[in-house]
Amino acid sequence: MSESRQKLLVLYLRTPDLHAGVVAWSEYDGTASADERHTSGDAADSGGATNPPYDSVVDAMRDGWRVVQFPQQYPAYPGTEYQVSYLKYEYILEKMEVVDG
Amino acid sequence: MADSTHLLNSKQMARFVAEGYLRFDELVPDELNRAVKREMDDQAVPREEAGSPLSTIWNDTAVGRVFRLPEIEGIIHSLVGKDPLYDHHAVHTVAAGHHFGQHWHADAIIDTRKHFDIQFMYFAHDTPREMGGTLILPGSHYRRISESDIARYHNFVGQVPMVCKAGTVIVLHHGMWHCAQPNRTDEKRYMFKLRLNPTVRQLRLWNTDDIDDPEVNHILSTNQPWHGNEERIEHVNRIHFWRFLTGDDQFDNHYWLSRIENEPELV
Repeated sequence: MSESRQKLLVLYLRTPDLHAGVVAWSEYDGTASADERHTSGDAADSGGATNPPYDSVVDAMRDGWRVVQFPQQYPAYPGTEYQVSYLKYEYILEKMEVVDG
Repeated sequence: MADSTHLLNSKQMARFVAEGYLRFDELVPDELNRAVKREMDDQAVPREEAGSPLSTIWNDTAVGRVFRLPEIEGIIHSLVGKDPLYDHHAVHTVAAGHHFGQHWHADAIIDTRKHFDIQFMYFAHDTPREMGGTLILPGSHYRRISESDIARYHNFVGQVPMVCKAGTVIVLHHGMWHCAQPNRTDEKRYMFKLRLNPTVRQLRLWNTDDIDDPEVNHILSTNQPWHGNEERIEHVNRIHFWRFLTGDDQFDNHYWLSRIENEPELV
């Protein structure tokens, strides 16, 4: 019996512009079994790839990825204007794939 | 006791400020590397009490000899002073055939100090890419996160896997992001980590003969490809840190702080 499963691609950009270059990325593949997670080049793991899978969010959209979350933008709280922490421009994209259950 | 010939210079300190780490390839002699590896195999490196003076521990061990090498002492004295405290150590081990990469993290907890600890990562045997080694993210040391807050991230443009020959040592700012990498070989991989705390104000502890070298400012301006739009904020953090390390409250680079500190009161 087949079922639809989700793949997630998380892209972190240089700026909030969806055309901006990718500076970091993660992949989470709900279509793969637990055993398969570390057998396909380890893209879904720390250090598993050298180059981003796409040049930008728009580039990924052209390949069928759907953007499901935008990063919200807030002004810095007073006193934190020069602090750095997480990557600010995080876009979450999905693809649904039919797999044999 | 290290003499000044083994202290870091200002350009190396600027590199530490900009990138959060320094790398010293094949610094430890082979004979000592082999002795330390035997100690790690035998689990013979004693765990000491946190807060003990480094000078009082590991007197009869090979690993103690490593951290008393004049070159290593020079690094220690330059960054945390002549009499630092042992915080903790870890013999990090990745088993042969372990195909999982560790999640990204920074050690300890969120840390808001300007004062800083250092962490040595010592690779006592050759570490080719298929063996790991530790993956580090240059320029991540100012990021205020707590331990595994960053585990969602997998890859960064500019991440650096520690691929090195035996005897290679890197020294990190405590805030550096890092993670262990898979070991696809049939041999166990080691990385020896040692964290040290300062006991003195970290003020001009290195050899400052080249403090006015223009290359210092150039190094402080080095960008990391993953910083993106935050490059300039990172520069501001480096300028603040350089002021802390040098005691020069007027230091600036590319006018970043002079501009925003200009608040004239003249009527």
